[in-house]
Amino acid sequence: MEEIYAKFVSQKISKTRWRPVPPGSLQTAETFATGSWDNEENYVSLWSIGDFGNVDSDGGFEGEHQLLCDIKHHGDVMDLQTLSVSQQWTTAHYHTGPGSPSRSSAPCTGVVCDNPEIVTVGEDGRINLFRADHKEAVRTIDNADSSTLHAVTFLRTPEILTVNSIGQLKIWDFRKQGNEPSQILSLTGDRVPLHCVDRHPNQQHVVATGGQDGMLSIWDVRQGTMPVSLLKAHEAEMWEVHFHPSNPDHLFTCSEDGSLWHWDASTDAPEKSSLFNQGGRSSTFLSHSISNQANVHQSLISSWLSTDPAKDRIEITSLLPSRTLSVNSLDVLGPCLVCGTDAEAIYVTRQLFS
Amino acid sequence: MEELDGEPTVTLIPGVNSKKKQMCFDWGPGEMLVCETSFNKKEKSETVPGCPFIYIIRKDIDVYSQILRKLFNESHGIFVGLQRIEEELTGKSRKAQLVRVSKNYRSVIRACMEEMHQAAIAAKDPASGRQFSSQVSILSAMELIWNLCEILFIEVAPAGPLLLHLLDWVRLHVCEVDSLLADVLGSENPSKHESFWNLPGNTQTLTELELKWQHWHEECERHLQDGTFASSPRLESLCKIMLGDEAALLEQKELLNNWYHFLVTRLLYSHPTVKPIDLHFYAQSSLDLFLGGESSPEPLDNILMAAFEFDIHQVIKECSIALSNWWFVAHLTDLLDHCKLLQSHNLYFGSNMREFLLLEYASGLFAHHSLWQLGVDYFDYCPELGRVSLELHIERIPLSTEQKALKVLRICEQRQMTEQVRSICKILAMKAVRNNRLGSALSWSIRAKDAAFATLVSDRFLRDYCERGCFSDLDLIDNLGPAMMLSDRLTFLGKYREFHRFYGEKRFFDAASLLLSLMTSQIAPRCFWVTLLTDALPLLEQKQVIFTTEQTYELMRCLEDLASGRPVRGEPGAQRLQEDIENTKLEMLRLALARNLARAIIKEGSLEGS
Repeated sequence: MEEIYAKFVSQKISKTRWRPVPPGSLQTAETFATGSWDNEENYVSLWSIGDFGNVDSDGGFEGEHQLLCDIKHHGDVMDLQTLSVSQQWTTAHYHTGPGSPSRSSAPCTGVVCDNPEIVTVGEDGRINLFRADHKEAVRTIDNADSSTLHAVTFLRTPEILTVNSIGQLKIWDFRKQGNEPSQILSLTGDRVPLHCVDRHPNQQHVVATGGQDGMLSIWDVRQGTMPVSLLKAHEAEMWEVHFHPSNPDHLFTCSEDGSLWHWDASTDAPEKSSLFNQGGRSSTFLSHSISNQANVHQSLISSWLSTDPAKDRIEITSLLPSRTLSVNSLDVLGPCLVCGTDAEAIYVTRQLFS
Repeated sequence: MEELDGEPTVTLIPGVNSKKKQMCFDWGPGEMLVCETSFNKKEKSETVPGCPFIYIIRKDIDVYSQILRKLFNESHGIFVGLQRIEEELTGKSRKAQLVRVSKNYRSVIRACMEEMHQAAIAAKDPASGRQFSSQVSILSAMELIWNLCEILFIEVAPAGPLLLHLLDWVRLHVCEVDSLLADVLGSENPSKHESFWNLPGNTQTLTELELKWQHWHEECERHLQDGTFASSPRLESLCKIMLGDEAALLEQKELLNNWYHFLVTRLLYSHPTVKPIDLHFYAQSSLDLFLGGESSPEPLDNILMAAFEFDIHQVIKECSIALSNWWFVAHLTDLLDHCKLLQSHNLYFGSNMREFLLLEYASGLFAHHSLWQLGVDYFDYCPELGRVSLELHIERIPLSTEQKALKVLRICEQRQMTEQVRSICKILAMKAVRNNRLGSALSWSIRAKDAAFATLVSDRFLRDYCERGCFSDLDLIDNLGPAMMLSDRLTFLGKYREFHRFYGEKRFFDAASLLLSLMTSQIAPRCFWVTLLTDALPLLEQKQVIFTTEQTYELMRCLEDLASGRPVRGEPGAQRLQEDIENTKLEMLRLALARNLARAIIKEGSLEGS
């Protein structure tokens, strides 16, 4: 992990997202979007990272990111996704109750896209399904949850997975009618709120969540209702967790405690895993998956699901040079990482794996 | 009451007719509210239409500047870093570290200045261009003062290196003039002059330096006496300058921007080994000579003079008056305090100057909708009043989304401010209940460990059950986990739901004993007993005997407790009806219990009954 560039931008950053590059292209990420929060006027801004052509005297690249354009945003920016769309859906989330006879709007906390479908969740416990070309919501699940839904992700279309503030994961299937989730998984012990969720890019049953106590949990949604492993990570809320899209043995988390961690669970040889296991669970899991899939390769068995999250197997590095205020958001694409903090700074690095 | 240091400025408020009407005002943490009253100032009552607005008046507008925000954020990082390394700062490296911190602060100011300058150039209208430019000059003055303080107070340069630092200081701030002067000087005696001063480090002692300089000075004088430069008046005046002749120097006034440039030039040529304590003599005379009685010193001049006199308190006081924002004095004072330069200068309310300034600065940050997060760390490092101030401020931050509330709560929890945690969670839980988000309300009460509120939420659930006959939000109640123990009512809710589940799964014996324990353990609210007993009915009516005799006696006791406990009421019609229904229920229960008792006795008495 070589250089990381910081720039102070006069707004607290709540979300950062890379602009997706076309699949199969050899380009690396060039543009990212940020959303601000807690300002009287919030902005969604597009930035480009430094010119590739200019090499400064140290032989490095000119690092500073430049603002391309921005647009005003009503309210805090809670989540960002990239899609071509020309619609605006206001009052997608609202509260009704004895105390608020007319609808008062509720914050929308998460949005996820899978062209052309958009799913949003909010503090009102509602799930909305939109289509890019439809004016009204295609499907709404009212009162899907009695507490706040913090984040949503696609499991395999048409299934989505939500996490809420009483420590539960719920899987919803849009093919089914009715307002009940098809599966509920929850943490053992204290029902600590879960703030973020991400699905393994290749193995759609492996899901990682981050909680209010900074704990990272890895789940297998096919098996059981409890997490497979719990890893004590940060000292405060974990705001985002991301599997690296092309190297899924690498996981990134960021937290209110001002740190950003890179979890490296890559193992060189599959045999290594058997050396470190103590129980027989991993090997039975191995056989389980082998029996399910005819042509499974060793490498497909996710290192995240093995037992004994042994500290000698997962290497954890902190990526930010010094402790700062909360790191609210991060995104990874290829060798590039961007993150935004409450200290009004954006950090970018283009050499994640060097 | 102290006398005022200067005349207070008058601010006119548009729309308010202060001549005719009386105004009223109230102070806030960083602002003032002002409005017109309906009282007239003079006796005659002229009916003048009043101004309907309430005005918010802020003194500190810098907090709202986009570019200055970067200053606040970056310096916050430096400030916190300085406080954290305080314990590790020892011995020789301490001074070097503190100088480095000072340079960091200054580089942040310079970066801001640069950006502000760019904005001034790119400004679309002349008014904002002027505003940016004036900000640039304020920042430049700040950096000038800080730099001087760094040289005199932090670096504590001794005689010899002192002049070098002062030279750098002036050069940094008067660079374009310096290039002109260099041209003039460069044409004559360049090597003699520059190589003399390119001393690599402190390899020479002060006396060696003095001797060398003395020798050179005498040579210059000899040249002048001999009239070597008599042919060229320019060269002659140049020589006089190099001898430190004040009159000659003053002739070049246009090249010297200001008196401190004059001062340093003078020192360079007449007293290069000046000692720090002698500085203020030369400074005062330079100021007087330069101004020549034509103009009076400006605030910046006074501040610099105070610095030359090593009067730190005066420097800080003058800066506080001259600048509209506490940023500068707060950070500079904190740094000087780390250098152990401030005696405990007690103010009216007992805390020291450093803390006072930091508190003022942090309070200003809290008045800002977004920068309050920075203010938290400043309060942390104010040992006497910081915590109390933070407690007061943090409760008043408006919480528009849950995410913001979570951050505020985290700040409170990290500092063990349990009262604030409780009150914030209560506000959020109330909001959630009003919006019918019972799960959220429960999760807030769990966070605050607020048993009373958990009871309130459980009562709501139970009421909903009574009204609708079924539970809402089963996903929550079924998955309470250890949180169930938070309050009795909540435990009851969880267990009651479990009872329903048992019944649904036809685990009648489990259901029965659970039901009984709910009643006997006193966690069921009284008003619910009828419902519980009524729930027992289907179990009593089953073909097999479910309740044992013991259990049946218990149930009967509960029933009689309930029946006797209810007061006999007066007679409005609906009440009557309700009572009749209640009485019928009670009768049915008594009958069912009696029958069950009979069957149970028989079952237990007979041989197979076990």
